[in-house]
Amino acid sequence: MSAPKHGEIDPISGQGTTGHEWDGIKELNTPLPRWWLWTFYACILWSVGYWIVYPSFPLISGFAPGFAGYSSRGAVMAEIDSVRARRADAAAGLASASLTQIRNDPKMLEIALAQGKTAFGDNCAPCHGAGGAGAKGFPVLADDDWLWGNSLDEMAATITHGIRAATDDQTRSTMMPAFGKDGLLKRDEVAAVANHVRVLGQLEPEKGANLALGANLFSENCAVCHGAEGKGDRSLGAPNLTDAIWLYGSDVAAISATIHNPRNGVMPAWRDRLDPVTIKSLTLYVQSLGGGR
Amino acid sequence: MSNPAPAQSLWARHAKIETNSILLLIGILIAISFGGLIEIAPLFYLQSTVEKVEGMRPYTPLELAGRNIYVREGCYLCHSQMIRALRDEVERYGNYSLAAESMYDHPFQWGSKRNGPDLARIGEKYSDDWHLAHLNEPRALVPQSIMPSYAFLSRTPLEYRAMADHLRVLRTEGVPYSDEMIEQSLADVRTQVDPDSAGADAFLKRYPKAKLRKFDASHREITEAEALIAYLQMLGTLVDFKLYDNKANLR
Repeated sequence: MSAPKHGEIDPISGQGTTGHEWDGIKELNTPLPRWWLWTFYACILWSVGYWIVYPSFPLISGFAPGFAGYSSRGAVMAEIDSVRARRADAAAGLASASLTQIRNDPKMLEIALAQGKTAFGDNCAPCHGAGGAGAKGFPVLADDDWLWGNSLDEMAATITHGIRAATDDQTRSTMMPAFGKDGLLKRDEVAAVANHVRVLGQLEPEKGANLALGANLFSENCAVCHGAEGKGDRSLGAPNLTDAIWLYGSDVAAISATIHNPRNGVMPAWRDRLDPVTIKSLTLYVQSLGGGR
Repeated sequence: MSNPAPAQSLWARHAKIETNSILLLIGILIAISFGGLIEIAPLFYLQSTVEKVEGMRPYTPLELAGRNIYVREGCYLCHSQMIRALRDEVERYGNYSLAAESMYDHPFQWGSKRNGPDLARIGEKYSDDWHLAHLNEPRALVPQSIMPSYAFLSRTPLEYRAMADHLRVLRTEGVPYSDEMIEQSLADVRTQVDPDSAGADAFLKRYPKAKLRKFDASHREITEAEALIAYLQMLGTLVDFKLYDNKANLR
């Protein structure tokens, strides 16, 4: 590039001027610093190399893929594969070991619990709370009260297939009927059963409640799942009504609402979202929170 | 520059552009439009822009109503729907988003800010009850949440009389809604929340893999919250990644 024709030389700085003049003040034609200019040229050269090596220009039916064969999707897939491989090494056979084997091996258990804790925070804590503290309608996992089986295998099945999960045909699918909504029990009968349930749970029934009717209706309608004494049945997910744990509240209105139109709580199936090692880790982590067997 | 006299270099001619603001403006526009042509125009004609996938279908009317509420409430201001091809995002949210997954989105909801988590694959990650309770009072379930309460959504009946028009507008934008879908759009809103209804089979034929259930079991009528939950529960669930070949669509 040829140097621009300078106008006159500014006597004070000795610098050429551009020839522009405003009110007697002339603009100096200060050249760009050499280091800046060469960096600029180097960047242009770099971009040419970049176009050749990396994906760049659109073509008629695709794009110039570049000689390095790079793609951001390919890169992330390779990275994740290598992370999984490294984890598999570090986890020392977590993938092939059974849940009981992992529990009995302190080194594997430590890794599983650490992995489980991380996965729990992102996937489970929104419903079950940090540390399995639970919330209204979402069971506490840090206690010894279980709606479904609490052996390692049963817990793994729950996490894998979920509970009443629409996306999994092996999900746990038993439902409590809507006794009030579907007209199986009348309004006063629902209230009577609710009061009887309070009695089962060692709570005071309402004054004037028809407890005899409630007990009768309970044994006819509820005992088949919840048991004659209301101790529940984990194979059906029927809660124990005699403990002091109430998922949706223990007052007559809350119990009546459940009998009228039960929530039949849903837990998603995780088999499509989490890999088998993560599900194993979660199983052991959740068991470590509460009283699994 | 072999022109002998008067000696006028290319540099000096360039001064004409630099000293005339209108010429400079036109020059800038021409330069930028070249960049735009090369970067944007090919996306419209290249077949490889949008991946070929199995399972994508237009939104059901109820999902579309929920999506309109999502846009109305500005959910995109805090939630993106775009899992980038980065390790931490893929590990947390699942497979990176495909262009095909938002091909029926007008406008798309990729978003540019995450005060909350990405929602591109939120579908079926949590239960309907969770979504309802969480919309009503986020802190009841996630104590550290900064999301506002949207309790009014479950108190507001869904207004969907103009559903057919919504579908028609989208059809002009290229979403393949059939005449039958437009005709049935009002009924389909009601069908989707009633799995036992007579139209359920025909509805599923129109919208394969659609989720038919009462999304808000605590309200008899269809609420805005219910439509929104129907939308959230289908996000990211249409493409079956067991069948999809990631390696065929490297970008």
